[in-house]
Amino acid sequence: MSRKGRVGYIPPLDPKIKKSVGPPSSYIPRELRREDDGGGDALNLPELSELQVLRHYNRLSQMNFSVELGMYPLGSCTMKYNPKVSEMIASSDGMRHAHPLQPEETVQGLLSVLHELGEMLSEITGMHRFSLSTAAGAQGEFAGVLMIRKYLRDHGLSEKDEILVPDSAHGTNPASAAMGGFKVVKVPSGESGLVSAKVVKELASESTAGMMFTVPNTLGLFEGEVVEVSKAVHDAGGLMYYDGANMNALLGKTRPGDMGFDIVHLNLHKTFATPHGGGGPGAGPVGVTERLAEYLPVPVVSKGKSGYYLDYDLKQTVGRLKGFVGNSAVLLRAYAYIRLLGADGLASVSSLAVLAANYLWSLLDSEAYPVTHGKGMRRKHETVVSVRSGLPGGAMQSAKALLDYGVHAPTVYFPLIVSEALMIEPTESEPVEFLDEYASALNRISRELKEGRLGNVPRNTSVGRVDEVKASHPSTLKVRW
Amino acid sequence: MMKKNEPLTGSHPLLPNLDQEIIDEMLLKIGAGSVEELFSDIPSDIRLKRGLRLPEGQSESVVRRDLQSRLASNKTPPNSLCFLGGGVWPHYIPAAVESVVSRQEFYTSYTPYQPEISQGMLQALFEYQSLMCDLLGMEACNSSMYDWASAAGEAARMASKVTGRRRFLLCGDIGPTRLEVIRAYVSPMDLELESLPFDVRSGATDFSALSSRITSDVAGVYVENPNYFGVLEEGLLDLSARLHEKGGLLVVGVDPLSLSIVKPPGKYGADIVVGEGQPLGIPMNYGGPHLGIFAVKDLRLARSMPGRLIGMTSEKDSEQKAFSMVLQTREQHIRREGATSNICTNQSLMAVAASCYLAMLGKTGLRRLGEVIISNSHYAAKRLSRVDGVASPLFKGPFFKEFAVGYEGTRAVSVYRKLASKGVLGGYPIDRGFRLGREAGLFCVTEVHTHADIERLAVALGEAVMR
Ligand SMILES: Cc1ncc(COP(=O)(O)O)c(C=O)c1O
Repeated sequence: MSRKGRVGYIPPLDPKIKKSVGPPSSYIPRELRREDDGGGDALNLPELSELQVLRHYNRLSQMNFSVELGMYPLGSCTMKYNPKVSEMIASSDGMRHAHPLQPEETVQGLLSVLHELGEMLSEITGMHRFSLSTAAGAQGEFAGVLMIRKYLRDHGLSEKDEILVPDSAHGTNPASAAMGGFKVVKVPSGESGLVSAKVVKELASESTAGMMFTVPNTLGLFEGEVVEVSKAVHDAGGLMYYDGANMNALLGKTRPGDMGFDIVHLNLHKTFATPHGGGGPGAGPVGVTERLAEYLPVPVVSKGKSGYYLDYDLKQTVGRLKGFVGNSAVLLRAYAYIRLLGADGLASVSSLAVLAANYLWSLLDSEAYPVTHGKGMRRKHETVVSVRSGLPGGAMQSAKALLDYGVHAPTVYFPLIVSEALMIEPTESEPVEFLDEYASALNRISRELKEGRLGNVPRNTSVGRVDEVKASHPSTLKVRW
Repeated sequence: MMKKNEPLTGSHPLLPNLDQEIIDEMLLKIGAGSVEELFSDIPSDIRLKRGLRLPEGQSESVVRRDLQSRLASNKTPPNSLCFLGGGVWPHYIPAAVESVVSRQEFYTSYTPYQPEISQGMLQALFEYQSLMCDLLGMEACNSSMYDWASAAGEAARMASKVTGRRRFLLCGDIGPTRLEVIRAYVSPMDLELESLPFDVRSGATDFSALSSRITSDVAGVYVENPNYFGVLEEGLLDLSARLHEKGGLLVVGVDPLSLSIVKPPGKYGADIVVGEGQPLGIPMNYGGPHLGIFAVKDLRLARSMPGRLIGMTSEKDSEQKAFSMVLQTREQHIRREGATSNICTNQSLMAVAASCYLAMLGKTGLRRLGEVIISNSHYAAKRLSRVDGVASPLFKGPFFKEFAVGYEGTRAVSVYRKLASKGVLGGYPIDRGFRLGREAGLFCVTEVHTHADIERLAVALGEAVMR
């Protein structure tokens, strides 16, 4: 399909400029030049017309499931609806064409939005101040771990080198702690699925630098002893880090600041409805209490006498983690979402997200899909069930079977403490009728699985079951055309 | 509309189940008396009884109008001219690229955990990896990092881990924000960063004078090409030979568009390439989202790489080709504290934009783009040299699309601000930390700039440097 000389877009060259400067390649010394014919370094990009390119990508898009196609209850990811109006706003010239190094007096409109967003997130979490610069949850975690490290060093406590992380935690938590140079101490959550303050007290010592804690946890359970856990870690001289990936359960209900946390990250691409982009971008702003305010990563957006500005003047800052400002166009969308809902609307979001998770769970055949932890407890924004099929791989089979119903599967095999886990997070944006259908699909699948009638699933997808083992041969990381 | 803490009345477009009848039915099935009861496991002393202190919700028409008017007050193209660079650059985005990335099938999906219904994203990302490898001359490229700076930070960490060494050298002419991010990324490691001097005449690093600093305890060297001043580095082939002899890794940071016309780093011995993919069809967006490039030359290094990789495989029961994520055992969700990085959510949608952009321009369009950029930037540098009180280009080294301009007796900050007040964004002041011994600003000229735009810049600069 590629044909020499064919292009989808070609930029114009001004004849006056062309005449004045002569042959462009003469400006590049020969040794540095990429030859455009012969030689091993010639570009080998495909040559296609605009329509050919569009057909290709439009076809690919038809082989991709998305929130606007059907229910996408991927646990821990909060795949809620992303309002179209936010896309429209983010496509303004004043957003798209704003350069991060342009003088602050020329971007006051956008800076005012970012500043207000920081204040709103502080109110929502009970923190003192936010830095919006971190690009995703994991980068917020890294910032948090660096702040813990620097704060302790500044207070002569550099011997503290352990971070407590519950065994139910997301993989980014231990990975971030390790990136920050800490040893990870695993906190077992036991049968209840909850972290007990007693266990934390036993594990906490003079080596404890802090704890990374997810509330509600990845089982969807509210950590009832969170206040006591915070106290135990603080008593040991450590700091409390709140993984805010599950904040969709708690908006307007309670705040990490009130639970005793010192540092918080939020995943704006989850709770605040910015699109997940097929894997990203996101935004993972990080907020802190007053005693850590000077440690935040820079820049933060501040308001001064002559307007809003990017503030680099933080005495103890852990530095800069992203090249420029932050994922501003994502931050703008999150701000728009908060404005659409307001205080009461956000509280309703959490009410309805929790209602949806508990409702969907109540519809599931409890023998086929038992919960392994926190048996008598209500769930928050998500439910984790274990697939009891008598067969290993039951969770994966069920997930693949669901794909044939025109819906996305739940998260599988996470958290690691639940065998054959399905982690279901319907979110508040799913109409109740679809929750009913999803549950009945899962119940039917469990019967078929048990009776050995499931067969090779999925059947109706653009490709059949993909061989993921074979894929790991590293000779297949690129292709020639 | 709704009462504090008992917000469950009325209707809202984002809340389809906000209806007392539905709520009651759902509660009945659950066996709960009220929604409030679902939250009764939260200790009452930490309940937020007062409600959030945020404004009331507003309809989309109101929010849209407010935000669009606030954003319209920003001075940006098309109403201002932008000649700023430094790691984010003004380039034209073909309409087809915008159309592709605004397809909801791409942008409202997430990480392709279920490959059977995510082949579109997987294939688009696989194509991105492949196209980037061709552009960079590398063997494996991941499917995105947050941005250039964080990719550079991860590369420094990786070089140290792979070699087990504790010294890492940075060229003195790299972008200041990349330098800061690298510093922060390695701060918890036992890794010493050393800065190499550059030549203030050429604006580039003289590697031949530095070969004695490349010893067998050096984990790697980070060089940007073009560097922060826009100047192309020479002598990199010799540097990589010397470095490889001593067992270190060469890490190169690039503007991918320069590779339309400049030799790719894979050809002069780069082991790891990082860079900013923003010029490949991604808006400047006041700093993000952008696209961090991360690629390696040796496939064995791929196992130590951060980030997600997509590979080609087949269906389980047939030869039908299919795509899926690969080498996941490097990643945090499996390896946890032993992972190569903590990255999870990345910048996939931006990688799709970049791959679509490269397909749109293709071999011919990209080459032409490089030529147009070089022509425009060199024309502009020459034109500015005719402005009184200005040295343009300041450095003697060859450049691609950015160049420094020196001023006589005027502060660079004041030139930058005066230009902006005339609707011309450009001349970002070069930090005094670079010790150039004079005031200077950085300009970026690309295919978006016309002859008339450059004329307007020259006139505005003439007025701005007048005392
Ligand atoms: C519980 C939890 N913590 C942390 C993260 C990491 O966030 P991100 O993917 O934005 O880096 C995630 C999401 O993937 C998560 O579910």
